[in-house]
Amino acid sequence: MSARLATYGRLIDRTSKLDFTFDGKPMMGFEGDTLASALLANDQMLVGRSFKYHRPRGVVASGAEEPNALVNLGEGARFEPNQRATTTELFGGLAARSQNHWPTLEFDVGQVNSYLARFLPAGFYYKMFMYPRSFWKHVYEPFIRQSAGLGQPPKERDADTYEHFHVHTDVVVAGGGVAGLIAAKAAAQSGARVLVLEQNAHWGGRAPVDGGRIDDWPTDGFVERLVKELEGMANVTLRARCMVSGLYDHGYVLGYERVSDHVPGAEGPRHRLWRIRAKQVIVATGAIERPLAFAGNDVPGVMLASAMRDYLVNWGVAAGERVIVATNNDDAYRTAITLKKAGVEVLRILDARETGGGALMEEARRLGIRIDCGRAVGKVTGGKRVKAVQICAHQGAGGALEEVACDAVAMSGGWSPAVHLWSHCGGKLTWDDTAAMFRPDESRAPTGADGKPMAVATGAANGAMTLEAIAADAFAAGRKAAQAAGFKLKRASAVKADPAPESAIEPVWMMPARARVGLRAKAWLDYQNDVKVSDVQLAAREGYESVEHTKRYTTLGMATDQGKLSNINGLAVLADTLGAAIPAVGTTTFRPPYTPISMGAIGGEARGEVFQPLRRTPMYDWHAAHGADWEPVGQWRRPFAYVQGGEDVHQAVNREVKNVRQGVGLLDVSTLGKLLVKGPDAGRFLDMLYTNMMSTLKPGKCRYGLMCNENGFLIDDGVVARIDEETFLCHTTTGGADRIHAHMEEWLQTEWWDWKVYTANLTEQFAQIAVVGPKARQVLEKLGGMDLSKEALPFMDWKDGAIGNFQARVFRISFSGELSFEIAVPASQGLAFWETLMEAGREFGIMPYGTEALHVLRAEKGFIMIGDETDGTVIPQDLGLGWAISKKKDDYLGKRAQERSFMASPDRWKLVGLETTDGSVLPDGAYAVAEGSNANGQRNTQGRVTSTYYSPTLGRGIAMGLVHRGPDRMGEVIEFPGTDGKTYSAKIVDPVVYDKDGEKQNV
Amino acid sequence: MLILECPYCGVKADETELSAGGEAHLKRFGPGADDESFEGYLFARENPKGVHFERWRHSYGCGKWFHAARNTATLEVYGTYPAQVSVPPKDILKTISAAVPGWRWRDLG
Amino acid sequence: MKRYSVFAVAREALRHHTGWERAWRSPAPKRRYDVVIVGAGGHGLATAYYLGKNFGITNVAVIEKGWLGGGNTGRNTTIIRSNYLQDASAAIYEKARSLYETMSQDLNYNVMFSPRGVMMLAQTQHEVRGYKRTAHANLLQGVATEFISPARVKELVPIIHLEGPRYPVLGALWQPRGGTARHDAVAWGYARACSAMGMDIIQQCEVTGVRTENGQVRGVETTKGAIDCAKLGIVVAGHSSVLAQMAGFRLPIESLALQALVSEPIKPCMDVVVMANTVHGYMSQSDKGEMVIGGGTDGFNNYTQRGSFHHIEETVRALIETFPMISRLKMLRQWGGIVDMTGDRSPILSKTPLEGCFVNCGWGTGGFKAIPGSGWAMAELMATGASPLAAEFSLSRFREGRFIDESVAAGVAH
Repeated sequence: MSARLATYGRLIDRTSKLDFTFDGKPMMGFEGDTLASALLANDQMLVGRSFKYHRPRGVVASGAEEPNALVNLGEGARFEPNQRATTTELFGGLAARSQNHWPTLEFDVGQVNSYLARFLPAGFYYKMFMYPRSFWKHVYEPFIRQSAGLGQPPKERDADTYEHFHVHTDVVVAGGGVAGLIAAKAAAQSGARVLVLEQNAHWGGRAPVDGGRIDDWPTDGFVERLVKELEGMANVTLRARCMVSGLYDHGYVLGYERVSDHVPGAEGPRHRLWRIRAKQVIVATGAIERPLAFAGNDVPGVMLASAMRDYLVNWGVAAGERVIVATNNDDAYRTAITLKKAGVEVLRILDARETGGGALMEEARRLGIRIDCGRAVGKVTGGKRVKAVQICAHQGAGGALEEVACDAVAMSGGWSPAVHLWSHCGGKLTWDDTAAMFRPDESRAPTGADGKPMAVATGAANGAMTLEAIAADAFAAGRKAAQAAGFKLKRASAVKADPAPESAIEPVWMMPARARVGLRAKAWLDYQNDVKVSDVQLAAREGYESVEHTKRYTTLGMATDQGKLSNINGLAVLADTLGAAIPAVGTTTFRPPYTPISMGAIGGEARGEVFQPLRRTPMYDWHAAHGADWEPVGQWRRPFAYVQGGEDVHQAVNREVKNVRQGVGLLDVSTLGKLLVKGPDAGRFLDMLYTNMMSTLKPGKCRYGLMCNENGFLIDDGVVARIDEETFLCHTTTGGADRIHAHMEEWLQTEWWDWKVYTANLTEQFAQIAVVGPKARQVLEKLGGMDLSKEALPFMDWKDGAIGNFQARVFRISFSGELSFEIAVPASQGLAFWETLMEAGREFGIMPYGTEALHVLRAEKGFIMIGDETDGTVIPQDLGLGWAISKKKDDYLGKRAQERSFMASPDRWKLVGLETTDGSVLPDGAYAVAEGSNANGQRNTQGRVTSTYYSPTLGRGIAMGLVHRGPDRMGEVIEFPGTDGKTYSAKIVDPVVYDKDGEKQNV
Repeated sequence: MLILECPYCGVKADETELSAGGEAHLKRFGPGADDESFEGYLFARENPKGVHFERWRHSYGCGKWFHAARNTATLEVYGTYPAQVSVPPKDILKTISAAVPGWRWRDLG
Repeated sequence: MKRYSVFAVAREALRHHTGWERAWRSPAPKRRYDVVIVGAGGHGLATAYYLGKNFGITNVAVIEKGWLGGGNTGRNTTIIRSNYLQDASAAIYEKARSLYETMSQDLNYNVMFSPRGVMMLAQTQHEVRGYKRTAHANLLQGVATEFISPARVKELVPIIHLEGPRYPVLGALWQPRGGTARHDAVAWGYARACSAMGMDIIQQCEVTGVRTENGQVRGVETTKGAIDCAKLGIVVAGHSSVLAQMAGFRLPIESLALQALVSEPIKPCMDVVVMANTVHGYMSQSDKGEMVIGGGTDGFNNYTQRGSFHHIEETVRALIETFPMISRLKMLRQWGGIVDMTGDRSPILSKTPLEGCFVNCGWGTGGFKAIPGSGWAMAELMATGASPLAAEFSLSRFREGRFIDESVAAGVAH
């Protein structure tokens, strides 16, 4: 059994007890524990179930690489699935539940999969579940989905907040182990700004556990002093609990800080995403120990040797009482020695190497530990915890020589540098045959904007595996990074660690070396996804020879640990099966993040109301207080209608339309784009932008204009007012303001850069209000001020002046067909002016109206709306707007495009009005059918509805549409099948159904 | 996550400040041009895997359009320069030649 | 080819799966083939498959620079739908969708086509009108879709948040027979079937040149030697321009990065595919339990298969608004692919200026769903010189101004 010892535990505070629960069972741990160490201290060996076979799973690692110990953590709005127990700091009241089982962790029905494992090898689902066809969706898939997945989905809205930091720095150090800290100091001594990020809560990484001496200090003392020194340097920032999750192009580094995961509910954000730009990145991310692939290596109680050492030294927890150590390298001897010294019984060290190890082996032997060289684990027996180890010769097929009862197995297959960050952005690896590892290839580093290396790997991440090598490498790396970041190096004394030579590792990819097939089918590579040696071998035999094929076919390395424990072992097995060298097989691609990061952190602060910027007109609050039913239009919000009393939205729209036609209405048109175009060449420029001739417009006059893109399609429309000889004010649609301004600038700056024109987007400088209806003039005249008579300000004129106490610019333009004044006042005066108009208009029955009434009014007049009559495929010629296309101009944007055969064809669909034969409203977007079908069996069509409304003015449905040769077919009736099953008949008519002669707007 | 230096305001601008504008140094064909030239101008693109000249706008900065010479395979930036030119400046061509011997882009190289 | 079945699996289980044969052969290239397809992704392999199946042309090589299925076929978010607006698009995507329905049986390889339904949310009035229009178009195109109410949306997707403060859900376009499939399996299944027909799939073989004579294609130069052919199909999404340059013409294409990501796996909580185009994001849950997430493309030409992180941020933010529960899930992995973007964002299936050379490219962000239809049409085009499914997608449309513009219907096309 695993248990807490009375001694050891450098990270725990035994005076501070913390209560927590696991699957509802009350347990106790200490401040400083991780959930994993606390579970082990409570002899909770079984912590979860694997993905595919639902095999019992125990803690196998002590850090970010843990594939097994994942839990459902917390409750309600602070619930989170798939939390790694090894990186979850214990807090009082923590509630964890195990995952992927039914009904209980101890008794899981899904474990039947494990007994059927033989029938469920890699890729089995590609070969079955095909018949009968309908069974995949209704039977097989639901079953597979239910048994897959790990944690439970969160049910409630997240109670926590998140934030983003933006940082520019010279050097980022990823990893606060001894390598990272030494490198940080070496870099900082040059004066470079250095940011050191460490994923754990503690500094120093593995060194304090592994021992040794640096600069004549024991490692823990050395780390403590160095951290203090760095904290005192003004150009150094240190952050613990902050993992570098990814390295991206041009020195973009992402840090993921778990601010309050260990104190849930604390004030402030739960996570913080650091968006960092660095000139250089030091990758000091350490190394990850590899498991050994022997049969039963997944039984709870089998653990990485380094993890077992960590649990003992850091948290005072012994993973077992009687331990067997299996290894192919010297490092695991440290575990045996540490355990032995702590009073744990170490039954045997099985060293696959025929000659065993060096000095560490001698030390173990001196302590009285039995060491069997050339021996291996043939098989571990036990279900939910280790019972015994069958020992065999390593160079054999696995015939057991003896069986030794034990309750824990420590394994070490050597170490793999954590090269993830190095690789994220294109850094390449090289295979080191002696050390049996992929390590960063310095000559093929990830490169930055200048094409030069932007990262330096160091320490164990760089393949330096002894303290002595790490210290020297890290010092050099820090200086190299500072230099590459543009800093001059100063004299500094190197950091030296005491030598502790180790003898060479002997690569072991399968244990024993020639394990028979029955053992290979029980030797796990990927614990979470249940991928075994036999699976990889099967994939290779079936032709899935690329490492990516094998990964995808077997799911090796696709679990939540992304293959941190399994990748190298897996590809070595693959290489062996293919008879290829490991570097020839290569690795799969490393992708960010290093370990999973929360979606909340990625999203940051922008959620809910502030999810996107909200643009408000000056009258926004007034609208809100008066029943506005909002419609998002880009980032603006415009009133769709103002709902009053007990009416619904449709009734409100009808009321608003009628009131405009019969009385007077107010419309907030502040969102319309207002672009100022000024300069000696302004007229010439607008002649290129608009299809019309704008240069001939007289100051004081307005003209409706159309804008096309260079591909010929209509992109915007609006009224242009000429302010003076050199100045035009161009109105655009609401959605067009920024887009069209950018369009103008693009052409001015990149094509006609010698033309003397300036543009400015004045949209938000003015509030603009349309006063519309037969009584509009009466309302305005009541306020006094400028002469707004027909004679003084005729239709399509504009004028500056005063209305009441307001300085205003008044445009006599109309989008409704009624008498209409569009009045611009400074934005700061907008609300006051609006309220003044409402007050003055009360006696005339003035009412505000929204965007839907605006639509109905314009549709009754046959005016097109960008986005309704146009969709990016429509040219002005389609819309009967030939009158707005100048025949005199040689050129305008889109002119050449409109000459292409398909655009010039008489067979295009053109704008007409559509009048249903029964007065009903045509469905939105309905298509008119033509005879027969096309070559692909689709029904032929001859037109479509572009706008359709109920007209309260006419008391029936009105519509516009594009119809094949429509204007030539007036009076013809065509049919529109609706998705409601009905067919609508409509007559082709003139699009203008109200005041055809335009008398009402011109009064 | 690119960084490009805006040649107008000198800011080393983060990609989030910029808008990409596609291939640079296109010659406009308008009325009178034949179909092939017009199609080529609007649609045919260099799109090389390697050295590329392209347009950017410092949209959330000074608002100016500029050109960048950039490698689409390595994301190395050889330089940026104002958009008001029809051919890339000589020093940038020299930088590229030093970095990528034998490169070609349309009739440049 | 030995058939796959539950019985075969059981039989093999008894002998520790030692009797499975290779899914596809790994031959050295011959000197000459009737047809060479460059690119062993889904589209290339499907083209080869239908050349054999529909036209009996089996002297075919499919040449692949890397490993088969390793490009966009293995990098996409596996969405299959055909609720397109324009006739030409609806025709080819619906053909593809219908072929997906029976693909597992046709190929005797379970591609796990899961017709779980695809939903495109309408979050503005403009989108409501647009999707109603699409539903009407689909009605006449023979594509079964409907515009559904917010209440029905909630019923189908209980984890959705309808009343977001900024863009409340106003309805959705619903295609119940859309869904997902296992992307790798599509490539592997086609590869196995092609190999069984005697075709050669040649991996780790890069094309370095296209050989021509008098405006007629003669073959390709590769890293494994010269290979002659009468007809050449270029089906290399992401690198179309590079191959076109070798063949001596330019394409209306730019190569952009498109990114995607997955969460850690959780138990089933969402049974359909949801796309939210106003806020730019879409999500489905894989059979493994991961939430599979994507958004729009990056903006600049990029061959690195890496993208910029701010696009990931935007996508995730959009989806947290739509599905607040994902805030406490974690991103497991993000990746990128290179997509071909054409001048009208629609694909190209076409003859080229080079006689005997055909291109299949420009699928933009939505190629996976088209694979079988694209292969079907491309095979017909290459075998007979014309295909009604491909007709509208010819290169000549850019000269004539006859575009196929789907942006009308969706800001994010998948």
